[in-house]
Amino acid sequence: MHDDLQPLLLTFQLAITVTAILFVLGLPLAYWIAFSKNRFKYIVETLVSMPLVLPPTVIGFYLLIVFSPQHFLGHFLETYLGIRVVFSFTGLVIGSVIFSLPFMVNPIKAGLQNFRHELIEASYVLGKSPWETLRRVILPNIKPALLTGIVMAFAHTIGEFGVVLMIGGNIPGETRLASIAIYNEVEALNYDTAGLYALVLVGISFFILLVFYYLNRKPLKIF
Amino acid sequence: MIKIRIKKEMHTPRGQEWLDIDLNIAKGEFVTVFGESGAGKTTLLRILAGLTQAQEGYIEIDGDVWFDSQKGINLPIQQRKIGFISQESSLFPHMTVRENLEYACSDKNALNSIEEWIITIGLKGLEAQRPDQISGGQKQRVALIRALIKQPKILLLDEPLSDLDIHARLNLQDEIIKVYQKTGITTILVSHDLSEVFRLSRKVFIIHRGKITKSGSPQEVFVNNDLSGKFKFTGEIIEIHKDGVLNILTLSIGNHVTKVVASDEEILGLTIGSKVIVASKAFNPLIFKA
Repeated sequence: MHDDLQPLLLTFQLAITVTAILFVLGLPLAYWIAFSKNRFKYIVETLVSMPLVLPPTVIGFYLLIVFSPQHFLGHFLETYLGIRVVFSFTGLVIGSVIFSLPFMVNPIKAGLQNFRHELIEASYVLGKSPWETLRRVILPNIKPALLTGIVMAFAHTIGEFGVVLMIGGNIPGETRLASIAIYNEVEALNYDTAGLYALVLVGISFFILLVFYYLNRKPLKIF
Repeated sequence: MIKIRIKKEMHTPRGQEWLDIDLNIAKGEFVTVFGESGAGKTTLLRILAGLTQAQEGYIEIDGDVWFDSQKGINLPIQQRKIGFISQESSLFPHMTVRENLEYACSDKNALNSIEEWIITIGLKGLEAQRPDQISGGQKQRVALIRALIKQPKILLLDEPLSDLDIHARLNLQDEIIKVYQKTGITTILVSHDLSEVFRLSRKVFIIHRGKITKSGSPQEVFVNNDLSGKFKFTGEIIEIHKDGVLNILTLSIGNHVTKVVASDEEILGLTIGSKVIVASKAFNPLIFKA
């Protein structure tokens, strides 16, 4: 039974790690996109949203190439830093961060853009720096957007299959996530185990979204 | 002393126009900038506050240069020491009245003055309310205290009363007068309400399409002085109604609406919205005990 649960635990470990990293990366990125007057901003916006339209296997394929020890970056990481990205948990994290980026950035960006600019100006006039304004005025007022970003990124990481299969493979305890395990068990005709994983994923996803929509009864338009 | 010489391109419904302002305001003066919407009043205040940047010019407040396009000086908003109140409430919705005021405080002195201000402006009992739980007039009072609590050098009021009903407006005018008398702070009010200009300020600048066209006391600027009437009121025509041989004008004078009769000659060239002076000789006034 212990072995049976491992893909599920690994899935949630990945989702928590990825969501935490995405929040730290996504907030400044969303802030920049929302408020920067840089005229090449739309290029960054396009890149952030690419995972929404690309097949996951495409992103997985490129990550596999870039991080493979035969290529410069993969070689450099492995030789000098001792980090192996492909077919490892680190690889899963990198792939999922890229793939779930728009799910974190876009809701936060929308929240920031819809926020009343006069309140930001009022804070500046009162002598407060942009950082203090963000912390004490903006963030407390865009909690629904932050929550949307966190929940969407988390849920999307749980549901990921293509990218993680390409870059992570199927190593038990290391990269075999629940979504991949289901596929394997079905291939091996172990419908009971596959059914267990599937049921747990359905239940947990339903519960997370249910709580989210309950807390956030006026949901934000995200895309 | 405030010296302002600025130029800034404005995009208006009439096309491109230049805001081209050159004016001085004495320390401690209460002045009004009066003009129709789109004339550049708000832009002028925003440039003073540092929220909008002028293309060229010079701004000096009590000897400190805040903006000098030639020397590349542009003091950040945060360092400009201004109090700014806009038309719409800019209270932080997630903070209570007290928290809004505390947010503005940068030192202990300011924090200690909160209580005194709350009593002066009559907000006692509302400290724990959030902005959406208090009235428009109360919100603007909180905004007024919040603007003053860190002792700014100038107070900029961008039509802070225009969204309020007449009762709240009069109340807040009283508070503004009170605050001005208490602090003696140099105040610039943007307004397009004549009664407000007369009631609050000693000096008015008329701004039209980005340029100052007239300045002086409200009397000098708005009231034609070569009449010999003893009573003079400036008002605005709300309605013109023909009744037999007479015309009945409905006027808004100060905070009152009144009707007067006028001959065909008198109303020549007058339309709804025209500013008029109603004058009366002193021989037949009706006096009532107030």
